[in-house]
Amino acid sequence: MKAFDYAAPASLPEAVGLLASQPSARLLAGGTDLLVQLRSGRKEADVVIDVKKIPELNEITFSPETGLTVGAAVPCYRLTAHAAVQTHYPALVEVASWIGGTQIQGRASLGGNLCNSAPSADSIPLLIALGATALVAGPSGRRTIPVEEFCTAPGRNQLAPGELLVSLHIPAPAPHSGASYLRFIPRNEMDIAVVGAGASVTLTDGVITAARIALSSVAPTPLFVPAAGEALLNQAPTPAALEAAAQIAQEAASPISDMRGTAAYRRHLCAVMTRRALELAVARAQENN
Amino acid sequence: MSAKVQVQTTINNEPVEFLCEPRQSLLECLRDVVGLTGTKEGCGDGNCGSCTVKLGDRIVTSCLVLGVEANGESITTVEGLAHGNTLHPLQKAFLEHAALQCGICTPGFLIAADALLQKHPQPTEEQTRFWLANNLCRCTGYDKIIRAVQAAATEITTTKSNGAAQ
Ligand SMILES: Cc1cc2nc3c(=O)[nH]c(=O)nc-3n(C[C@H](O)[C@H](O)[C@H](O)COP(=O)(O)OP(=O)(O)OC[C@H]3O[C@@H](n4cnc5c(N)ncnc54)[C@H](O)[C@@H]3O)c2cc1C
Ligand code: FES
Ligand code: FES
Repeated sequence: MKAFDYAAPASLPEAVGLLASQPSARLLAGGTDLLVQLRSGRKEADVVIDVKKIPELNEITFSPETGLTVGAAVPCYRLTAHAAVQTHYPALVEVASWIGGTQIQGRASLGGNLCNSAPSADSIPLLIALGATALVAGPSGRRTIPVEEFCTAPGRNQLAPGELLVSLHIPAPAPHSGASYLRFIPRNEMDIAVVGAGASVTLTDGVITAARIALSSVAPTPLFVPAAGEALLNQAPTPAALEAAAQIAQEAASPISDMRGTAAYRRHLCAVMTRRALELAVARAQENN
Repeated sequence: MSAKVQVQTTINNEPVEFLCEPRQSLLECLRDVVGLTGTKEGCGDGNCGSCTVKLGDRIVTSCLVLGVEANGESITTVEGLAHGNTLHPLQKAFLEHAALQCGICTPGFLIAADALLQKHPQPTEEQTRFWLANNLCRCTGYDKIIRAVQAAATEITTTKSNGAAQ
Protein backbone atom coordinates (compact mmCIF):
# COMPACT_ATOMS: atom_id res chain seq x y z
CA MET A 1 0.00 0.00 0.00
CA LYS A 2 1.20 3.52 -0.81
CA ALA A 3 2.19 5.52 2.28
CA PHE A 4 -0.40 7.80 3.91
CA ASP A 5 -0.89 9.69 7.16
CA TYR A 6 -3.51 8.63 9.69
CA ALA A 7 -5.84 10.84 11.72
CA ALA A 8 -8.58 9.85 14.15
CA PRO A 9 -10.56 13.02 15.00
CA ALA A 10 -12.59 12.81 18.22
CA SER A 11 -15.40 15.16 17.15
CA LEU A 12 -17.52 15.90 14.10
CA PRO A 13 -16.35 19.55 13.67
CA GLU A 14 -12.74 18.37 13.85
CA ALA A 15 -13.39 15.71 11.20
CA VAL A 16 -15.20 18.14 8.89
CA GLY A 17 -12.36 20.67 9.26
CA LEU A 18 -9.74 18.06 8.53
CA LEU A 19 -11.64 16.76 5.51
CA ALA A 20 -12.03 20.30 4.13
CA SER A 21 -8.29 20.98 4.46
CA GLN A 22 -7.21 17.65 2.89
CA PRO A 23 -8.64 17.19 -0.61
CA SER A 24 -6.99 13.78 -1.05
CA ALA A 25 -8.21 12.35 2.26
CA ARG A 26 -10.22 9.13 2.46
CA LEU A 27 -12.61 8.26 5.28
CA LEU A 28 -12.13 4.96 7.11
CA ALA A 29 -14.97 3.19 8.91
CA GLY A 30 -14.53 -0.62 8.98
CA GLY A 31 -12.09 -0.55 6.08
CA THR A 32 -13.53 -3.69 4.45
CA ASP A 33 -13.95 -1.80 1.17
CA LEU A 34 -11.44 1.03 1.61
CA LEU A 35 -8.38 -0.98 2.66
CA VAL A 36 -8.94 -3.49 -0.15
CA GLN A 37 -9.17 -0.62 -2.65
CA LEU A 38 -6.08 1.19 -1.27
CA ARG A 39 -4.03 -2.01 -1.31
CA SER A 40 -4.99 -2.88 -4.89
CA GLY A 41 -4.22 0.68 -6.02
CA ARG A 42 -7.81 1.28 -7.17
CA LYS A 43 -7.93 4.23 -4.78
CA GLU A 44 -5.22 6.46 -3.33
CA ALA A 45 -5.02 8.66 -0.24
CA ASP A 46 -2.53 11.06 1.34
CA VAL A 47 -4.45 10.94 4.59
CA VAL A 48 -6.78 8.31 5.97
CA ILE A 49 -9.29 9.79 8.41
CA ASP A 50 -10.64 7.18 10.85
CA VAL A 51 -14.22 8.19 11.75
CA LYS A 52 -14.74 5.59 14.49
CA LYS A 53 -13.71 7.91 17.36
CA ILE A 54 -16.51 10.40 16.58
CA PRO A 55 -19.29 9.70 19.12
CA GLU A 56 -22.25 10.46 16.80
CA LEU A 57 -20.97 7.99 14.21
CA ASN A 58 -20.76 5.20 16.78
CA GLU A 59 -24.19 5.33 18.43
CA ILE A 60 -27.36 3.30 17.99
CA THR A 61 -30.49 4.98 19.38
CA PHE A 62 -34.12 3.84 19.18
CA SER A 63 -37.38 5.33 20.33
CA PRO A 64 -40.83 3.90 19.51
CA GLU A 65 -41.96 7.40 18.46
CA THR A 66 -39.10 8.55 16.23
CA GLY A 67 -37.46 5.31 15.15
CA LEU A 68 -33.88 4.14 14.77
CA THR A 69 -30.69 6.14 14.26
CA VAL A 70 -27.56 4.15 13.38
CA GLY A 71 -24.21 5.95 13.42
CA ALA A 72 -22.43 5.68 10.07
CA ALA A 73 -19.51 3.71 11.54
CA VAL A 74 -21.43 1.23 13.75
CA PRO A 75 -20.17 -2.25 12.79
CA CYS A 76 -22.69 -4.94 11.81
CA TYR A 77 -21.95 -7.13 14.85
CA ARG A 78 -23.15 -4.37 17.17
CA LEU A 79 -26.29 -3.79 15.12
CA THR A 80 -27.27 -7.49 15.11
CA ALA A 81 -26.77 -7.69 18.91
CA HIS A 82 -28.96 -4.63 19.65
CA ALA A 83 -32.20 -5.63 21.40
CA ALA A 84 -34.45 -2.93 19.87
CA VAL A 85 -33.10 -3.61 16.38
CA GLN A 86 -33.80 -7.32 16.85
CA THR A 87 -37.37 -6.59 17.96
CA HIS A 88 -38.37 -3.86 15.52
CA TYR A 89 -36.17 -4.35 12.44
CA PRO A 90 -35.64 -8.12 11.93
CA ALA A 91 -34.81 -7.61 8.24
CA LEU A 92 -31.98 -5.24 9.20
CA VAL A 93 -30.52 -7.91 11.49
CA GLU A 94 -30.66 -10.37 8.58
CA VAL A 95 -28.88 -8.02 6.16
CA ALA A 96 -26.22 -7.15 8.72
CA SER A 97 -25.54 -10.86 9.26
CA TRP A 98 -25.18 -11.46 5.50
CA ILE A 99 -22.54 -8.82 4.73
CA GLY A 100 -19.37 -10.93 4.48
CA GLY A 101 -18.78 -13.44 7.29
CA THR A 102 -18.27 -13.12 11.04
CA GLN A 103 -14.91 -11.34 10.75
CA ILE A 104 -16.14 -8.84 8.12
CA GLN A 105 -19.19 -8.12 10.32
CA GLY A 106 -16.78 -7.28 13.14
CA ARG A 107 -15.77 -4.22 11.09
CA ALA A 108 -18.20 -3.49 8.23
CA SER A 109 -20.71 -0.66 8.75
CA LEU A 110 -23.97 0.27 7.01
CA GLY A 111 -22.48 3.74 6.47
CA GLY A 112 -19.53 2.22 4.61
CA ASN A 113 -21.86 -0.01 2.59
CA LEU A 114 -23.87 3.06 1.52
CA CYS A 115 -20.87 5.35 0.87
CA ASN A 116 -19.04 2.69 -1.15
CA SER A 117 -22.16 2.92 -3.35
CA ALA A 118 -21.82 -0.44 -5.10
CA PRO A 119 -24.88 -1.50 -7.18
CA SER A 120 -24.66 -4.84 -5.33
CA ALA A 121 -24.55 -3.40 -1.79
CA ASP A 122 -26.88 -5.56 0.27
CA SER A 123 -28.09 -3.05 2.85
CA ILE A 124 -29.14 -0.30 0.43
CA PRO A 125 -32.35 -1.85 -1.05
CA LEU A 126 -33.60 -2.60 2.47
CA LEU A 127 -32.74 0.90 3.70
CA ILE A 128 -34.70 2.31 0.74
CA ALA A 129 -37.65 -0.02 1.42
CA LEU A 130 -37.63 1.10 5.08
CA GLY A 131 -37.72 4.77 4.01
CA ALA A 132 -34.30 5.54 5.52
CA THR A 133 -32.61 8.93 5.25
CA ALA A 134 -28.91 9.79 5.41
CA LEU A 135 -27.71 12.64 7.64
CA VAL A 136 -24.67 14.32 6.09
CA ALA A 137 -22.37 16.98 7.58
CA GLY A 138 -20.02 19.26 5.68
CA PRO A 139 -18.42 22.71 5.60
CA SER A 140 -21.80 24.38 4.99
CA GLY A 141 -23.69 22.51 7.71
CA ARG A 142 -25.95 19.48 7.75
CA ARG A 143 -28.44 18.09 5.26
CA THR A 144 -30.63 15.04 4.93
CA ILE A 145 -30.72 12.86 1.80
CA PRO A 146 -33.28 10.10 1.18
CA VAL A 147 -31.28 6.90 0.70
CA GLU A 148 -32.92 6.26 -2.71
CA GLU A 149 -31.31 9.50 -3.97
CA PHE A 150 -27.88 8.91 -2.40
CA CYS A 151 -26.10 6.78 -5.04
CA THR A 152 -25.58 8.32 -8.47
CA ALA A 153 -23.38 5.78 -10.36
CA PRO A 154 -21.26 2.72 -9.46
CA GLY A 155 -19.00 3.90 -6.61
CA ARG A 156 -20.40 7.45 -6.78
CA ASN A 157 -22.83 9.33 -4.60
CA GLN A 158 -24.27 12.69 -3.64
CA LEU A 159 -21.58 13.53 -1.05
CA ALA A 160 -19.93 16.82 -2.04
CA PRO A 161 -16.21 17.39 -1.36
CA GLY A 162 -15.74 17.87 2.37
CA GLU A 163 -18.98 16.09 3.32
CA LEU A 164 -19.28 12.95 5.39
CA LEU A 165 -22.12 10.65 6.41
CA VAL A 166 -23.07 11.04 10.08
CA SER A 167 -25.90 8.54 10.52
CA LEU A 168 -28.80 6.71 8.97
CA HIS A 169 -32.31 7.26 10.24
CA ILE A 170 -35.10 4.72 9.84
CA PRO A 171 -38.67 5.71 10.82
CA ALA A 172 -40.44 3.76 13.57
CA PRO A 173 -42.24 0.76 12.06
CA ALA A 174 -45.97 1.44 11.54
CA PRO A 175 -48.46 -1.00 13.12
CA HIS A 176 -49.07 -3.99 10.81
CA SER A 177 -45.95 -3.27 8.77
CA GLY A 178 -43.20 -5.67 7.76
CA ALA A 179 -40.00 -5.55 5.73
CA SER A 180 -37.54 -7.97 4.16
CA TYR A 181 -34.45 -8.24 1.97
CA LEU A 182 -33.64 -11.39 0.03
CA ARG A 183 -30.66 -11.97 -2.23
CA PHE A 184 -29.93 -14.70 -4.73
CA ILE A 185 -26.40 -16.14 -4.41
CA PRO A 186 -25.09 -19.50 -5.64
CA ARG A 187 -23.53 -20.22 -2.21
CA ASN A 188 -25.13 -20.06 1.24
CA GLU A 189 -22.99 -17.17 2.45
CA MET A 190 -19.95 -14.98 1.60
CA ASP A 191 -21.01 -14.06 -1.92
CA ILE A 192 -22.11 -11.04 -3.97
CA ALA A 193 -25.80 -10.77 -4.85
CA VAL A 194 -26.73 -11.84 -8.39
CA VAL A 195 -29.99 -10.01 -7.65
CA GLY A 196 -31.34 -8.72 -4.34
CA ALA A 197 -34.78 -7.34 -3.48
CA GLY A 198 -35.91 -5.28 -0.50
CA ALA A 199 -39.58 -4.73 0.32
CA SER A 200 -41.74 -3.11 2.97
CA VAL A 201 -45.50 -3.35 3.32
CA THR A 202 -48.08 -1.78 5.66
CA LEU A 203 -51.54 -3.33 6.02
CA THR A 204 -54.69 -1.53 7.22
CA ASP A 205 -57.71 -3.79 7.74
CA GLY A 206 -56.14 -6.38 5.45
CA VAL A 207 -55.47 -3.91 2.63
CA ILE A 208 -52.02 -2.61 1.60
CA THR A 209 -51.75 1.08 2.46
CA ALA A 210 -48.01 1.57 1.91
CA ALA A 211 -45.35 -0.41 0.04
CA ARG A 212 -41.79 0.25 -1.13
CA ILE A 213 -39.61 -1.96 -3.30
CA ALA A 214 -35.92 -1.62 -4.25
CA LEU A 215 -33.41 -3.91 -6.00
CA SER A 216 -29.66 -4.54 -5.98
CA SER A 217 -27.32 -5.68 -8.79
CA VAL A 218 -29.74 -4.85 -11.61
CA ALA A 219 -28.80 -1.25 -12.50
CA PRO A 220 -25.83 1.16 -12.17
CA THR A 221 -27.11 2.06 -8.68
CA PRO A 222 -29.39 0.35 -6.15
CA LEU A 223 -32.77 0.76 -7.83
CA PHE A 224 -35.90 2.17 -6.16
CA VAL A 225 -39.08 1.20 -8.06
CA PRO A 226 -41.86 3.46 -6.71
CA ALA A 227 -44.36 2.21 -9.33
CA ALA A 228 -44.11 -1.35 -8.01
CA GLY A 229 -45.10 -0.22 -4.52
CA GLU A 230 -47.85 2.10 -5.80
CA ALA A 231 -49.42 -0.77 -7.77
CA LEU A 232 -50.08 -2.54 -4.47
CA LEU A 233 -51.97 0.32 -2.81
CA ASN A 234 -55.56 -0.41 -1.76
CA GLN A 235 -55.17 -4.06 -2.74
CA ALA A 236 -55.35 -7.18 -0.61
CA PRO A 237 -51.96 -8.94 -0.60
CA THR A 238 -53.11 -11.69 -2.98
CA PRO A 239 -50.63 -13.75 -5.03
CA ALA A 240 -51.87 -11.96 -8.18
CA ALA A 241 -51.29 -8.51 -6.67
CA LEU A 242 -47.76 -9.40 -5.50
CA GLU A 243 -46.95 -10.93 -8.88
CA ALA A 244 -48.11 -7.79 -10.69
CA ALA A 245 -45.81 -5.66 -8.52
CA ALA A 246 -42.95 -8.11 -9.17
CA GLN A 247 -43.49 -7.70 -12.94
CA ILE A 248 -43.23 -3.91 -12.61
CA ALA A 249 -39.94 -4.29 -10.69
CA GLN A 250 -38.65 -6.58 -13.41
CA GLU A 251 -39.50 -4.07 -16.14
CA ALA A 252 -37.68 -1.28 -14.28
CA ALA A 253 -34.42 -3.25 -14.09
CA SER A 254 -31.60 -2.77 -16.61
CA PRO A 255 -29.14 -5.51 -15.63
CA ILE A 256 -25.85 -6.34 -17.34
CA SER A 257 -24.34 -9.74 -18.12
CA ASP A 258 -21.24 -10.66 -16.14
CA MET A 259 -19.60 -13.71 -14.53
CA ARG A 260 -22.42 -13.92 -11.97
CA GLY A 261 -25.25 -14.15 -14.49
CA THR A 262 -26.62 -13.00 -17.82
CA ALA A 263 -28.92 -10.00 -18.14
CA ALA A 264 -31.84 -12.29 -19.05
CA TYR A 265 -31.24 -14.49 -16.00
CA ARG A 266 -31.07 -11.42 -13.76
CA ARG A 267 -34.29 -10.01 -15.21
CA HIS A 268 -36.03 -13.32 -14.46
CA LEU A 269 -34.64 -13.24 -10.91
CA CYS A 270 -35.91 -9.68 -10.38
CA ALA A 271 -39.51 -10.87 -10.49
CA VAL A 272 -38.82 -14.00 -8.43
CA MET A 273 -36.89 -12.20 -5.69
CA THR A 274 -39.34 -9.27 -5.54
CA ARG A 275 -42.31 -11.62 -5.17
CA ARG A 276 -40.57 -13.62 -2.41
CA ALA A 277 -39.46 -10.46 -0.59
CA LEU A 278 -43.04 -9.16 -0.73
CA GLU A 279 -44.43 -12.46 0.58
CA LEU A 280 -42.06 -12.31 3.55
CA ALA A 281 -42.81 -8.62 4.21
CA VAL A 282 -46.57 -9.34 4.11
CA ALA A 283 -46.19 -12.30 6.49
CA ARG A 284 -44.27 -10.08 8.90
CA ALA A 285 -46.87 -7.31 8.58
CA GLN A 286 -49.63 -9.79 9.44
CA GLU A 287 -47.76 -10.91 12.57
CA ASN A 288 -46.82 -7.39 13.67
CA ASN A 289 -49.62 -5.75 15.68
CA MET B 1 7.27 7.27 3.68
CA SER B 2 5.24 8.89 6.41
CA ALA B 3 6.49 9.08 9.98
CA LYS B 4 6.17 6.01 12.15
CA VAL B 5 3.53 6.05 14.84
CA GLN B 6 3.73 4.54 18.30
CA VAL B 7 0.99 2.03 19.09
CA GLN B 8 0.18 0.75 22.58
CA THR B 9 -1.73 -2.51 22.79
CA THR B 10 -2.30 -5.54 24.96
CA ILE B 11 -1.46 -8.71 23.04
CA ASN B 12 -2.30 -12.07 24.63
CA ASN B 13 -2.66 -10.32 28.01
CA GLU B 14 0.80 -8.67 27.85
CA PRO B 15 1.28 -4.93 27.27
CA VAL B 16 3.02 -4.48 23.90
CA GLU B 17 4.20 -1.22 22.30
CA PHE B 18 5.36 -1.02 18.72
CA LEU B 19 6.22 1.51 16.01
CA CYS B 20 4.63 1.23 12.58
CA GLU B 21 3.78 3.17 9.45
CA PRO B 22 0.07 4.10 9.17
CA ARG B 23 -0.22 2.04 5.96
CA GLN B 24 0.90 -1.18 7.66
CA SER B 25 -1.86 -3.67 8.39
CA LEU B 26 -2.29 -5.13 11.86
CA LEU B 27 -1.29 -8.45 10.26
CA GLU B 28 2.05 -7.00 9.07
CA CYS B 29 2.60 -5.38 12.48
CA LEU B 30 1.97 -8.65 14.34
CA ARG B 31 4.23 -10.69 12.06
CA ASP B 32 6.99 -8.32 10.97
CA VAL B 33 7.17 -5.78 13.79
CA VAL B 34 6.12 -7.65 16.95
CA GLY B 35 7.44 -11.01 15.72
CA LEU B 36 4.27 -13.03 16.36
CA THR B 37 4.23 -15.12 13.18
CA GLY B 38 1.46 -17.53 14.24
CA THR B 39 -1.11 -15.38 12.41
CA LYS B 40 -0.94 -16.15 8.67
CA GLU B 41 -1.52 -14.23 5.47
CA GLY B 42 -3.54 -15.93 2.74
CA CYS B 43 -5.40 -13.56 0.45
CA GLY B 44 -4.72 -10.14 1.94
CA ASP B 45 -8.24 -8.96 1.08
CA GLY B 46 -10.57 -10.25 3.78
CA ASN B 47 -11.80 -13.42 2.10
CA CYS B 48 -9.79 -16.32 3.52
CA GLY B 49 -9.76 -15.65 7.28
CA SER B 50 -6.25 -17.06 7.86
CA CYS B 51 -5.24 -13.72 9.45
CA THR B 52 -8.13 -13.80 11.98
CA VAL B 53 -7.39 -12.32 15.42
CA LYS B 54 -9.60 -11.24 18.29
CA LEU B 55 -9.68 -7.43 18.55
CA GLY B 56 -11.52 -6.19 21.66
CA ASP B 57 -14.81 -8.10 21.86
CA ARG B 58 -14.98 -9.50 18.32
CA ILE B 59 -12.93 -11.24 15.63
CA VAL B 60 -11.59 -9.47 12.55
CA THR B 61 -9.40 -10.22 9.55
CA SER B 62 -6.17 -8.45 10.59
CA CYS B 63 -5.21 -7.84 6.94
CA LEU B 64 -8.12 -5.34 6.82
CA VAL B 65 -7.19 -3.47 10.01
CA LEU B 66 -4.46 -0.83 10.19
CA GLY B 67 -1.88 -1.40 12.91
CA VAL B 68 -2.51 2.16 14.14
CA GLU B 69 -6.18 1.33 14.69
CA ALA B 70 -5.14 -1.19 17.36
CA ASN B 71 -3.91 1.60 19.65
CA GLY B 72 -5.50 1.09 23.09
CA GLU B 73 -7.03 -2.25 22.04
CA SER B 74 -6.55 -5.73 23.34
CA ILE B 75 -5.67 -8.47 20.83
CA THR B 76 -5.64 -12.26 21.04
CA THR B 77 -3.62 -14.25 18.51
CA VAL B 78 -3.17 -18.01 18.19
CA GLU B 79 -0.07 -17.71 20.42
CA GLY B 80 -2.42 -16.72 23.27
CA LEU B 81 -4.57 -19.86 23.22
CA ALA B 82 -2.35 -22.43 24.97
CA HIS B 83 -1.51 -22.18 28.68
CA GLY B 84 2.25 -22.77 28.80
CA ASN B 85 2.75 -26.28 27.45
CA THR B 86 -0.92 -27.21 27.81
CA LEU B 87 -2.76 -26.87 24.54
CA HIS B 88 -6.21 -25.26 24.39
CA PRO B 89 -9.03 -27.86 24.04
CA LEU B 90 -9.58 -26.61 20.47
CA GLN B 91 -5.93 -27.17 19.60
CA LYS B 92 -6.08 -30.70 21.06
CA ALA B 93 -9.30 -31.46 19.19
CA PHE B 94 -7.81 -30.21 15.88
CA LEU B 95 -4.90 -32.65 16.35
CA GLU B 96 -7.11 -35.57 17.42
CA HIS B 97 -9.60 -35.08 14.57
CA ALA B 98 -6.93 -34.43 11.90
CA ALA B 99 -8.53 -31.04 11.25
CA LEU B 100 -5.43 -29.74 9.50
CA GLN B 101 -3.07 -30.75 6.74
CA CYS B 102 -0.80 -27.91 5.55
CA GLY B 103 -1.94 -25.87 8.57
CA ILE B 104 -1.90 -22.37 7.09
CA CYS B 105 -5.60 -21.87 7.77
CA THR B 106 -5.43 -23.35 11.29
CA PRO B 107 -4.55 -20.29 13.41
CA GLY B 108 -7.47 -18.39 11.85
CA PHE B 109 -9.89 -21.27 12.39
CA LEU B 110 -8.75 -21.66 16.02
CA ILE B 111 -9.27 -18.00 16.88
CA ALA B 112 -12.64 -17.89 15.08
CA ALA B 113 -13.80 -21.12 16.73
CA ASP B 114 -12.70 -19.87 20.16
CA ALA B 115 -14.87 -16.76 19.69
CA LEU B 116 -17.78 -18.98 18.58
CA LEU B 117 -17.54 -21.15 21.71
CA GLN B 118 -17.41 -18.09 23.93
CA LYS B 119 -20.67 -16.87 22.38
CA HIS B 120 -22.38 -20.25 21.86
CA PRO B 121 -20.82 -22.91 24.15
CA GLN B 122 -22.73 -25.72 22.34
CA PRO B 123 -23.19 -24.53 18.75
CA THR B 124 -25.17 -26.58 16.24
CA GLU B 125 -23.42 -27.77 13.10
CA GLU B 126 -25.26 -25.13 11.08
CA GLN B 127 -24.24 -22.34 13.51
CA THR B 128 -20.65 -23.56 13.34
CA ARG B 129 -20.58 -23.65 9.54
CA PHE B 130 -22.08 -20.16 9.20
CA TRP B 131 -19.79 -18.70 11.88
CA LEU B 132 -16.73 -20.16 10.13
CA ALA B 133 -17.84 -19.16 6.60
CA ASN B 134 -15.19 -16.40 6.55
CA ASN B 135 -12.43 -19.06 6.97
CA LEU B 136 -11.27 -21.00 3.92
CA CYS B 137 -9.35 -24.28 3.89
CA ARG B 138 -7.91 -25.82 0.72
CA CYS B 139 -6.94 -29.14 2.32
CA THR B 140 -9.39 -30.70 4.77
CA GLY B 141 -12.80 -30.36 3.13
CA TYR B 142 -14.10 -28.70 6.35
CA ASP B 143 -15.92 -31.73 7.85
CA LYS B 144 -13.02 -32.59 10.16
CA ILE B 145 -12.75 -28.98 11.28
CA ILE B 146 -16.45 -28.88 12.13
CA ARG B 147 -16.16 -32.17 14.06
CA ALA B 148 -13.11 -30.89 15.96
CA VAL B 149 -14.94 -27.71 16.99
CA GLN B 150 -17.94 -29.71 18.19
CA ALA B 151 -15.71 -32.12 20.12
CA ALA B 152 -13.91 -29.20 21.78
CA ALA B 153 -17.27 -27.64 22.68
CA THR B 154 -18.34 -30.83 24.44
CA GLU B 155 -14.95 -31.13 26.16
CA ILE B 156 -15.06 -27.53 27.42
CA THR B 157 -18.66 -27.71 28.70
CA THR B 158 -18.08 -31.09 30.41
CA THR B 159 -14.91 -29.87 32.12
CA LYS B 160 -16.76 -26.74 33.26
CA SER B 161 -19.77 -28.60 34.67
CA ASN B 162 -17.49 -31.15 36.39
CA GLY B 163 -15.57 -28.25 37.88
CA ALA B 164 -18.80 -26.64 39.07
CA ALA B 165 -19.99 -29.94 40.64
CA GLN B 166 -16.85 -30.33 42.72
C1 LIG C 1 -14.68 -10.71 2.23
C2 LIG C 1 -15.68 -9.61 2.00
C3 LIG C 1 -17.04 -9.93 1.87
C4 LIG C 1 -17.98 -8.93 1.65
N1 LIG C 1 -19.30 -9.28 1.53
C5 LIG C 1 -20.24 -8.33 1.30
C6 LIG C 1 -21.63 -8.69 1.16
O1 LIG C 1 -22.01 -9.86 1.29
N2 LIG C 1 -22.52 -7.68 0.90
C7 LIG C 1 -22.14 -6.38 0.77
O2 LIG C 1 -22.99 -5.54 0.54
N3 LIG C 1 -20.83 -6.02 0.90
C8 LIG C 1 -19.88 -6.95 1.16
N4 LIG C 1 -18.55 -6.59 1.27
C9 LIG C 1 -18.17 -5.18 1.11
C10 LIG C 1 -18.03 -4.38 2.44
O3 LIG C 1 -17.76 -5.24 3.53
C11 LIG C 1 -19.28 -3.57 2.75
O4 LIG C 1 -19.56 -2.68 1.69
C12 LIG C 1 -19.18 -2.81 4.08
O5 LIG C 1 -20.47 -2.47 4.53
C13 LIG C 1 -18.33 -1.57 4.01
O6 LIG C 1 -18.31 -0.95 5.29
P1 LIG C 1 -16.96 -0.46 6.00
O7 LIG C 1 -17.36 0.13 7.30
O8 LIG C 1 -15.95 -1.54 6.03
O9 LIG C 1 -16.53 0.67 4.97
P2 LIG C 1 -15.11 1.31 4.61
O10 LIG C 1 -14.31 0.38 3.80
O11 LIG C 1 -14.47 1.90 5.81
O12 LIG C 1 -15.62 2.51 3.68
C14 LIG C 1 -16.29 2.27 2.44
C15 LIG C 1 -16.33 3.56 1.63
O13 LIG C 1 -17.12 4.55 2.26
C16 LIG C 1 -16.34 5.68 2.62
N5 LIG C 1 -16.80 6.08 3.95
C17 LIG C 1 -16.71 5.35 5.10
N6 LIG C 1 -17.32 6.01 6.12
C18 LIG C 1 -17.78 7.18 5.60
C19 LIG C 1 -18.52 8.28 6.14
N7 LIG C 1 -18.87 8.32 7.44
N8 LIG C 1 -18.85 9.30 5.33
C20 LIG C 1 -18.49 9.28 4.01
N9 LIG C 1 -17.80 8.27 3.44
C21 LIG C 1 -17.46 7.22 4.22
C22 LIG C 1 -14.90 5.23 2.57
O14 LIG C 1 -14.01 6.29 2.30
C23 LIG C 1 -14.95 4.20 1.46
O15 LIG C 1 -14.91 4.81 0.20
C24 LIG C 1 -17.57 -7.57 1.54
C25 LIG C 1 -16.22 -7.24 1.69
C26 LIG C 1 -15.26 -8.24 1.93
C27 LIG C 1 -13.83 -7.87 2.08
S1 FES D 1 -5.21 -12.78 4.67
FE1 FES D 1 -6.69 -11.69 5.73
S2 FES D 1 -8.49 -12.64 5.11
FE2 FES D 1 -7.03 -13.64 3.87
S1 FES E 1 -5.07 -27.27 6.25
FE1 FES E 1 -4.26 -26.50 4.41
S2 FES E 1 -5.57 -24.81 4.04
FE2 FES E 1 -6.49 -25.74 5.71
